[in-house]
Amino acid sequence: MRGSILGKVTVIAATSLLALTACTTDSSIEDPPAAEGTASSETTETTGAAQPSEDSTEWFDQAVYDEQDAQRSATFEGDPEQPYLQYIDGEMKDTSAFASTGPKKACFSNASISNPWRQTGWITMNQQLQVLQEAGVISEMETRDAQDDDNTQIADIDYFIAEGNCDAFIISPNSTAAMTPAVERACETGKPVVVFDRGVQTDCAVTFIHPIGGFAWGIDTAEFLSERLNEGDKVVALRILPGVDVLEQRWAAAERIFEENGIEAVDYFTGADPVEIKSIISDELATGDVQGIWMDAGDGAVAAIEAFEDAGADLPVMTGEDEMSFLRKWEETGIDGLAPVYSNFQWRTPLLALQKIFAGEEVPAEWVLPQSPITEEERGEFLTANEGMPDGHYAKFGGEDLPGYPTVWQERQIP
Amino acid sequence: MNRLSSTHIVYLVALATIIAGTVLVGSAGRNFFSPGNVSDILTGTSILGFIAIGQTLVILVGSLDLSVPYVISLSSLIGAGIMANQPGNILPAVLAALLVSALIGLANGAVVAGLQVHGFIATLGMGLIVSGYLGSNYQGSAGQAPLAFRLIGATGIGPVPVSTLIMLACAAVVLLMLNTTRLGHAMYAVGGDASVARMSGVRTRTPVIAAHVICSTMAGLAGLLLAARLGVGSPTIGSQGGYDLLSIAAVVLGGTLLAGGKGSLIGTLGGVLIFAMLDNIMSVLQVNPFLKDVVRGIVIVVAVAVYARRKVVHRPARFGRGPAHDDDAPPPGPGTSRQGGPSRGDGTGARDEVSA
Amino acid sequence: MSVATDRAVLQQNRSPRGERVLRALRTPSGAIFVLVALLFLAVLAANPSFGEPGSLIRFIGRTAPIAIAAIGQYFVIVSGEFDLSMGSVVTAQVIIAGNLIGQDESRTIPVLALMIVFGAFVGLVNGLVTTLLKVPSFIVTLGTMLALLGLVLFWTGGAATGNPADSFRQIGRGGIQDVPVLEVLPYPVLILVATAAAAFWLMRRPYGRTLVAVGDNSRAAALTGASVWWVRTRAFMLSSLAATAAGVILVGYAGVHPSVGQGYEFTAITAVVLGGVVIGGGRGWVLSAAAGAFALELLFTLLNFLGVESTWRDSVQGAIIIVAVAAASRNWQRKRRGASSRAHDEHRPIAAPTPAPGTNEGGT
Repeated sequence: MRGSILGKVTVIAATSLLALTACTTDSSIEDPPAAEGTASSETTETTGAAQPSEDSTEWFDQAVYDEQDAQRSATFEGDPEQPYLQYIDGEMKDTSAFASTGPKKACFSNASISNPWRQTGWITMNQQLQVLQEAGVISEMETRDAQDDDNTQIADIDYFIAEGNCDAFIISPNSTAAMTPAVERACETGKPVVVFDRGVQTDCAVTFIHPIGGFAWGIDTAEFLSERLNEGDKVVALRILPGVDVLEQRWAAAERIFEENGIEAVDYFTGADPVEIKSIISDELATGDVQGIWMDAGDGAVAAIEAFEDAGADLPVMTGEDEMSFLRKWEETGIDGLAPVYSNFQWRTPLLALQKIFAGEEVPAEWVLPQSPITEEERGEFLTANEGMPDGHYAKFGGEDLPGYPTVWQERQIP
Repeated sequence: MNRLSSTHIVYLVALATIIAGTVLVGSAGRNFFSPGNVSDILTGTSILGFIAIGQTLVILVGSLDLSVPYVISLSSLIGAGIMANQPGNILPAVLAALLVSALIGLANGAVVAGLQVHGFIATLGMGLIVSGYLGSNYQGSAGQAPLAFRLIGATGIGPVPVSTLIMLACAAVVLLMLNTTRLGHAMYAVGGDASVARMSGVRTRTPVIAAHVICSTMAGLAGLLLAARLGVGSPTIGSQGGYDLLSIAAVVLGGTLLAGGKGSLIGTLGGVLIFAMLDNIMSVLQVNPFLKDVVRGIVIVVAVAVYARRKVVHRPARFGRGPAHDDDAPPPGPGTSRQGGPSRGDGTGARDEVSA
Repeated sequence: MSVATDRAVLQQNRSPRGERVLRALRTPSGAIFVLVALLFLAVLAANPSFGEPGSLIRFIGRTAPIAIAAIGQYFVIVSGEFDLSMGSVVTAQVIIAGNLIGQDESRTIPVLALMIVFGAFVGLVNGLVTTLLKVPSFIVTLGTMLALLGLVLFWTGGAATGNPADSFRQIGRGGIQDVPVLEVLPYPVLILVATAAAAFWLMRRPYGRTLVAVGDNSRAAALTGASVWWVRTRAFMLSSLAATAAGVILVGYAGVHPSVGQGYEFTAITAVVLGGVVIGGGRGWVLSAAAGAFALELLFTLLNFLGVESTWRDSVQGAIIIVAVAAASRNWQRKRRGASSRAHDEHRPIAAPTPAPGTNEGGT
């Protein structure tokens, strides 16, 4: 038995070696990115994600943290009525080389629509697509959904490059480092590439669209809680899952601020499952008082509040998200809260960016969208504006002027 | 129909999928057989293929392996971590990743065979243990595969990705092991009926442990291949693909009995191919991702149902009694074994060899 | 070997009641109660206030859904099958409740009836495909799991409209107020007790005995005149109905979310196996399965109270499951060694007896 395994390993090693020698002679179907391209990405040009360096697994990055901290109070160019087109003044990309008339085909490689935030954005994006199709800017958008799998998304992008007949690529990466080589391959086709939401470790894309970022979320929320709580108070941090950069950054910033302010923070992974959340809070309340709840995403916020209600404990100070369920429960209970926002309207921007690119208008190299939390004063306004929307809807979805509003979002018609 | 083995039926289903794919993909204005599309399908077979090869062995001996997703992630992290973008580190990294994977497999096998814990629970528990380790030690992707290693994941000979070729090479080695070695026969024998196997002089623990070791090693290889494709190691890459249940489904789809003792590696590869084509077709047609799962679920059940009812009658019996039922089935012998028919002589060969 | 087991079972069933109880306590199905007691003491040591009647009853209420699911899963496992679709059934029922009842209290009863019919229907499909089409239940229920969840998500666009009316949620969230000592008696506790009692009764009825016989050796059971397919199909229906009950409680306890119920099948199977029920069928008590669920939930609570780092919890849980089941499997061996002299039976590579999921009619 041992012999056969060893034998197998040898064969495999030999095959791999053969394969290695083979690809120097055989023409490869795709040019892998130069090694320096990914190795030198330690610089913080792409702010969307902390760059996981060679062996560091720390998410905290002081430079990015400071940058996002500053961006929270930055002024945004453009019409505040159209936040999805606003950006922070910075380096602009000349796109005159892409200027071209006639409707274009967009190819969208989507990480997934597996959570309410992505579903809401995906609906908005499709309504935006309708507008641009009617305007004759986009002929069609072909979408491949990777269902949360890096490997599938790489294959999706390669398929688009080989078969898609695409005029432009829109990529919403499933993860930062892993998607970098595939995005670089897309860039090498010479067609415009737009990346949004999570970033990649290359700036080959024409523009990278994202709200300010995870650290800003962490700062907004943790400062809010720290202001209202005293030293030694306890905060339960409810996190969805480990290893996702946008979420890890939120916690990295918040954890640091809690530490600085002497607030005791305990973190749990919940998988966004309200049952899990309720059990965790119940157990925490059984062992002692909890003064604050911090969440890295608003899913399940209601269950957290209900756990306090059911235990008969004082309601906590809490940060959730701009998901309707939280806004409604927040109003109903009157707790002291804040709804941080990871701007859902960013799903409109990539298609609008393509419109600009094909018109030859310059676009920001890094398109930082506004990201401002909903405060108690603004809550009523957002609740009225989104009346009738389902609980999984996001208040700052930014599609009020699109066709199909509000039924498409109310009925959550997912294409 | 009755003369067909389940492997034949699997490939008939695959053929039907190809025909359906040609029509459906054609209706979307694409070509099912274009290099890009073939490459997409074959890429889809490579990772799942590795895992399904290992899973076939584990199921053959009557166990299951639910820990594969975590082994994959761990292997990708160890591999990419040790490589650290240095081409010189490739060999030690590959060896270390495979060694750790094999050790996990050894632990699985020891718990299943030694402590008599059902494979379902043993590997579920092992998966949780590894998952805790991953969560505690890696907060995201780590390491860096050097260019030379990444080429494995990104190159192809014509439309055939190198990764698929490596997978097929592994399948060939395992097939050879199953059909020609004493260990291979013992795997069939133990899965068929452990008591009979023991009475025939087969050591019942060794094949179970070996199957688990090979399965985890295969998962380790899949993890390394993913590191080559991603360029980095990732603590979630294994669970992202849902490889545990999907590989079991592919194995059963390929005609292997979930209870063990009967099965064919060739059939498994057919099952993997069906899944890959299905995914490809649905992606080209831009099927709603939620409905994709519905289609997958229905296809798994329907495809297995096509021959499940039939094969219980026409599959040769486990030991000795075979000939009585074999009139309609292809005779178990070297000929069918070469083709990897599921109706190979099961334990019979093993018994002959052992008692000889 | 099944002959020997049958003989052993026969001997056991003929022995006097007292002797049976004593023997039973040495089995894994009895040992689980010892494990529950030990875990309870550990939790109590970590946090003495856990022992107060009020918080204890709340804990039981919170464990009710998974315990009910484990009872349902027990029927399927003891008959030699798997039900992986349980989690998706829970999710589907939660979302059905959220979307169809909405804020309209008058719809509670009709929708509840619909949910029960739906649950029974899913079980019927699982059972019929498994027994009549001879597809292994692992595969059938895996298919149902994927298809059902996909359909529900497609129907709702991924997220339910919102929580159902509060009166409906009271089933899972509320309780009888002003009970002496306990303060409040949560409804889930009552539902759990009723389910457990019904399950216990059922397992002592001819159906229950046939079910175990089918799981132990379906051919023998068929020869005695049992209609194996219908016995098993009903087990699947019981499992889906239990998942429905769990869903009704969970929608009250936690609210509507597509992730409610995900992974429930694995938790339920783990609970059942912890309860000493053998995968492959034919062995184990229904109440031990429920106790297995309590052991699991106590374990999670203990980890919470001890402040084990969140990332390491999975590892601790995995290790404890393996150790507990390995110990239980040793126990079965010892017990069977006593019951039957055929010691070599004990060296089979896996704990399951030969008839494994969905294939019992095959091959032999």
